[in-house]
Amino acid sequence: MTIGITGFGAYVPRLRLNRSAVTEANAWFAPGLKGKGKGQRSMTNWDEDAITLAVAAARNALPASVARDQFARLVLASDSLPFAERLNAGVVAAVLRLPEAIYANDLCGAQSAAVSAVSQLVNAAKAGEAGLLVAASNRRTRAASPAELDYGDGAAALSFGSDKVLAEVLATSALTADFVDRFRLQGEDIDYYWEERWVRDEGIGVMGPKAVSQALNDACVSPDAIDHFIFPTVFRGADAQLAKKCGIAAEAVADNLAATVGDTGSAHALLMLCSVLEQASPGQTILLCQFGSGISCALLKVTEAIADFKPVKSLAEQIAAGKEENSYTRYLAYKGQLKLERGMRGEQDKKTALSTSWRHHDALLGFVGGRCTVSGDVHFPPSRISYTPGAPSQDTQEPYPLADKKGRILSWSAEYLSSYMAPPHQYGQVDFEGGGRLLMEFTDVSPGDIDSGGEVEMVFRVKDVDELRGYKRYFWKATPTSYPASENSNGEQV
Amino acid sequence: MPQGIKDKVAILGMGCSKFGERWDASPEDLMVEAYNEAMQDAGITPEQLDATWFSTHMEDVGTGRGGIPMSIALRLPNIGVTRVENFCAGGSEAVRAAVYAVASGACDIALALGVEKLKDTGYGGLPVATVGTYIPQWYPAAVAPANFAQLAAAYRAKHGIDKATLKEAISQVSVKSHANGAKNPKAHLRKEITVDQCLRAPKIAEPLGLFDCCGVSDGAAAVIVTRPEIARELGKTDLVSFKALQVAVSNGWEMSSSEWDGSYFHTARIASKKAYEEAGISKPREEISMTEVHDCFSVTEMVTMEDLQLSDEGKSWRDVLDGKFNADGAIPCQIDGGLKCFGHPVGASGIRMLYEMYLQLQGRADQRQLADVRTGLIHNLGGQPNQNICSVSIVGRLGE
Repeated sequence: MTIGITGFGAYVPRLRLNRSAVTEANAWFAPGLKGKGKGQRSMTNWDEDAITLAVAAARNALPASVARDQFARLVLASDSLPFAERLNAGVVAAVLRLPEAIYANDLCGAQSAAVSAVSQLVNAAKAGEAGLLVAASNRRTRAASPAELDYGDGAAALSFGSDKVLAEVLATSALTADFVDRFRLQGEDIDYYWEERWVRDEGIGVMGPKAVSQALNDACVSPDAIDHFIFPTVFRGADAQLAKKCGIAAEAVADNLAATVGDTGSAHALLMLCSVLEQASPGQTILLCQFGSGISCALLKVTEAIADFKPVKSLAEQIAAGKEENSYTRYLAYKGQLKLERGMRGEQDKKTALSTSWRHHDALLGFVGGRCTVSGDVHFPPSRISYTPGAPSQDTQEPYPLADKKGRILSWSAEYLSSYMAPPHQYGQVDFEGGGRLLMEFTDVSPGDIDSGGEVEMVFRVKDVDELRGYKRYFWKATPTSYPASENSNGEQV
Repeated sequence: MPQGIKDKVAILGMGCSKFGERWDASPEDLMVEAYNEAMQDAGITPEQLDATWFSTHMEDVGTGRGGIPMSIALRLPNIGVTRVENFCAGGSEAVRAAVYAVASGACDIALALGVEKLKDTGYGGLPVATVGTYIPQWYPAAVAPANFAQLAAAYRAKHGIDKATLKEAISQVSVKSHANGAKNPKAHLRKEITVDQCLRAPKIAEPLGLFDCCGVSDGAAAVIVTRPEIARELGKTDLVSFKALQVAVSNGWEMSSSEWDGSYFHTARIASKKAYEEAGISKPREEISMTEVHDCFSVTEMVTMEDLQLSDEGKSWRDVLDGKFNADGAIPCQIDGGLKCFGHPVGASGIRMLYEMYLQLQGRADQRQLADVRTGLIHNLGGQPNQNICSVSIVGRLGE
């Protein structure tokens, strides 16, 4: 039985922070960072976090043809989960409408968590359980730090099983060590890290070859047979150095996407893997490694089935479609590192009735409406009584998922009155293909991006943050399927 | 078929406070101001009131809940006070309740009073309302200007009107109301404005600018109603009576179906049709002398003219530009200045609209007095275009 990856998908937020905007803004304080002022790094919109990133990646990995009730396991690996208590993977499972009987868990603590989870999902698949591994990262850094420029935000998802395997897992290996190159206490949100040369030479350089050779030996694969070597690192050349030490060809070292995305922490090995899989040919061998509290590896062999799978949105396509952000203060504000004056409307109490959330969780997280079996009319939210003029039917609605439906904008406005992190606040009425209508927020939009008649698709995002009680709630928003023209970060057409 | 309300109830007296930024006055002071004028106008004593209906929306920043605040403020003789709340249509609902009570014979004389003290909220606009525990979990935290601004996007798309023309038409709506409000001593905003000022004003919600939005103010208005025979016994002649009181409330069709195109008010079409039937009006453009329309935003007033059958569908923008609803036009609208100049103290607005009709029908509107006013239509709206409460009332001289 062939066990391995059956689907993959990545997600990179639309916004790309121009690194030179950061170095210029901080030049008075940290002129030494100027050398890092090239290219872009991905950044989350104000309404994105590790949960929404994970959902977006998983949706890209699961085309509509993939039955979701097959999954028995869900692992969410992240260095920046929004909730310390509340199963973050539980939110993802509900949004993806995975089966209630799923084993779902959050995995954190080491940057290599996602790669180490591969063996867990392989073992489950051997026992007949298909699983989903999602890794997401939305890290905070200190202003004017090298990390601020090196990092990026993003997510990747892999499905595992034994049916239509795209890349067989030949072996996995792990080396666990309390080698503290970085740490963060519970409740803190920014990592502290130690000197690069020590981490590279004493950590990566010593542990890497051991873990790599273990995986290669287990699978009886020679290092020179590796076609793609994935090793995320922000240390320039550390990946090539490790490859050389392990006997892997220099050409095999995979692009770490530093120029376009940045290092997406816990998600980065899987994100790079998605990039590699989008281009890989059958028969190629991929070595996936990530460092952090040791090192984890997985050795993969691409199968013929790779030709039959396409993520819903490829990573290459997403990288090409980024929107440059030149406002450093916007970046800081979105990361919660700059307190902006929100005015009186920002004082609104956003308490969530948890009992109400639970009662309606299919509608709120799964975005499930109701379709009247008599009239065919679609309602959101679902209701006991359907409305068809002159013929209100009672208890005739069946669950009707809307998340994958496209919509058209009926009416809209863009207002400057409310307290909103990305003004103007844009919302309007959306008509769904096949029925259903909703007043929805538009996200990832600037003035001029939408108009009546425009096509939109659904994305899962942060709806509100209750800062008084430290709670976040989520819902779906509409985003254009295409943008009118290229524009700069101020929303002006260029 | 119901018998309807036509000519069964007359107005005995009315009062209206000065509207505006009433830093000097509490909601209780405003209530007393409107009440005193109404009682004096009616020529009765508090003991003659049988029951009252009290309209206020934002209890948290105004008077508090229930009927007690009004009973205490006016020191009423322990009669029934019922608080009525139906968003911005609350004032008209209080009137409807009082009128129905009198028509039923359960009361001889009833009072309806509305008040709101918006300037104590601290907002430069309406605060965000609470709508239960579920809706905020999925519905956008939308503000009124953006909800109503969507009428413009949908109207443009439906009728193929370019942005600039529509903006000019809705600007003209405000210019007209300011010209009228300038003549009204009880109005909040009393300066004339130009189309150019409207076009250059700061943007609030695309395409609405500052002058497309009504003011935020404090105010109260009151009406005392009775049966015509009692009014005559009390020495009143020249009576103004209710010809129709209709309310239509959205049932979710607008938001659940793809049939509504977003460019008009479904409820206004239903309520006005029923009101015309109740009042026996078959040709509204000929029979309605004047209107007070719920002009929370300029675009609201414009599309409402089509809903009330006073403009052809897709042509209200043209009628507005042609001056059809100006003081010297065929069917003057907001002759008192409207919400645009009075501002919109939520609970009071519906009764304030009735106040102007009452004055005009009795020939007491001073500088604003129109010639030959016989029938007036009041349109009072609560909620937003896709989910609302629409009240359409028609008043006129008794017996005509």
